[in-house]
Amino acid sequence: MEQFDVIVVGAGPAGNAAAYTLAKGGLNVLQLERGESPGTKNVQGAILYADALEKIIPDFRDSAPLERHVAEQRMWLMDENQSCTGVSYRDARFSQEPFNRYTIIRARFDRWFSEQVKAAGALVVCETTVTGLLRNDTGKVIGVRTEREQGDILAGCVILADGANALVGSRAGLRPEIDGKNMALAVKEVLFLPKETLEARFNIGGKQGVVIEIAGNITHGMAGTGFLYTNKDSIAIGIGCMLTDLKRQQLTPGQLLEGLKQHPAVAPLIDGAEMKEYSAHLIPEGGYKALPQLVGDGWMIVGDSAGFVNAVHREGSNLAMTSGRFAAECLIDLHQAGQNATAANLSGYKQRLDDSFVMADLKKYQHVPDLLNDQPQFLGLYPRLVGDAARQMLVVDGEPKRAKQQRIMAQFRDKRSLLGLLGDAYRFWRAFR
Amino acid sequence: MTSAVEFTLPAVNVEEKLFQNRYRIDAGRPHIKVRNADTCTACELKPCTVCCPAGCWRVDTDGGIELVVDGCLECGTCRLVCDEANVDWNYPRGGFGILFKFG
Repeated sequence: MEQFDVIVVGAGPAGNAAAYTLAKGGLNVLQLERGESPGTKNVQGAILYADALEKIIPDFRDSAPLERHVAEQRMWLMDENQSCTGVSYRDARFSQEPFNRYTIIRARFDRWFSEQVKAAGALVVCETTVTGLLRNDTGKVIGVRTEREQGDILAGCVILADGANALVGSRAGLRPEIDGKNMALAVKEVLFLPKETLEARFNIGGKQGVVIEIAGNITHGMAGTGFLYTNKDSIAIGIGCMLTDLKRQQLTPGQLLEGLKQHPAVAPLIDGAEMKEYSAHLIPEGGYKALPQLVGDGWMIVGDSAGFVNAVHREGSNLAMTSGRFAAECLIDLHQAGQNATAANLSGYKQRLDDSFVMADLKKYQHVPDLLNDQPQFLGLYPRLVGDAARQMLVVDGEPKRAKQQRIMAQFRDKRSLLGLLGDAYRFWRAFR
Repeated sequence: MTSAVEFTLPAVNVEEKLFQNRYRIDAGRPHIKVRNADTCTACELKPCTVCCPAGCWRVDTDGGIELVVDGCLECGTCRLVCDEANVDWNYPRGGFGILFKFG
């Protein structure tokens, strides 16, 4: 049986970053993907963070299928069906090369990334689902089992980049099962519009794009957010909520998305657009406290499979690519030193993560998941109060402004006593500091 | 969370949405199965019928569960919302199932 230096399970951003880096480093790499081609099983908003990819493929801009660079970021607080309070940040520097963030269409981008992986020398085999791991009598992982006939394949190390459900690692007992309380479900549609119409509606030209992140009661009091991203001639619109909330509220994800699409702040933007795909995906949002063990004898976990998502900043693919690169760099070092992939040797991967933004950011926001689970007012009540305050101050009706101001303050105190407000301010500061 | 305005979310025809998607169905080999049908019948909340974004899980006329996985988006939600661990969940065989055009 042929033995590979490394087997990478999955061809998303983490798996592709790992396989590419390993192949470039001269290792004999097999990458297994269950989709018909890389990208056909993958779902993301999607924003590409150039920095993470640049560190892997510095000249990616020359050939990668990029939709638009992000020229403007809007942040909206929306109620269920009437109002929207928002801020926009447009910066001329966002439209100067090299661009920092791009919208992408993942099925196209992942196919491109995979072509780079193959060109770097890795063997990429699609339509193959990994069903288990092979272990030797000391428990070291020595390969994978696939559903194909005679589908056992050996390797010096296995990198699990199998995505948010993390089936392979948990079924092999390398890590606990993922917990529904740490997972958000996001649903998304891709809506097509003529390029000119789209650019006029979003006040953009050339290759500029707009990103809109949405919070507030549009999620009906559940911990979650919505988004709207502009591609070249399409709009990606989606909404995600924590699974435990969704279960409790008895609202279907499809209804939530429909509510967002019909909201008066959104409906004119997507009017007349043609829906061409409906997708769904889990997002691991448990953060630092939910991370599993990341390495063991003969194995490493990267990307969504490990739970590398910064939910506060809506970042994940950059953490995925960076973790995949770190895992590969650690193995390249070991390979050059003629050392095996023991748990102790693979701790170099963990060290790289600890020394980078990946762990620094996850640690920074480690209390946020608890805050949002226990204190739903941050997502429901406060956005509503802010919206109400804006409406009262903006309606010109002959009432003196001081009276309006006093009533608004009273509404805040009424909904959440003075002590409650102070407590929330403290909890907010503690979670986000 | 109390609402200032009474508002009901619109009804949604998920099948119409799924019609836009591309699938390669593995006929006769569903990748998700119910372990024990009686457990589903006895389950009061049936969260799978609410949370599944593709509407694969329906309550049948006898109060049990009818599962049709053809429109499955392979997200994994049903496995996690089932309190009874009654969902035998696997990915489809390689190459089968949802084939995202955009993702």
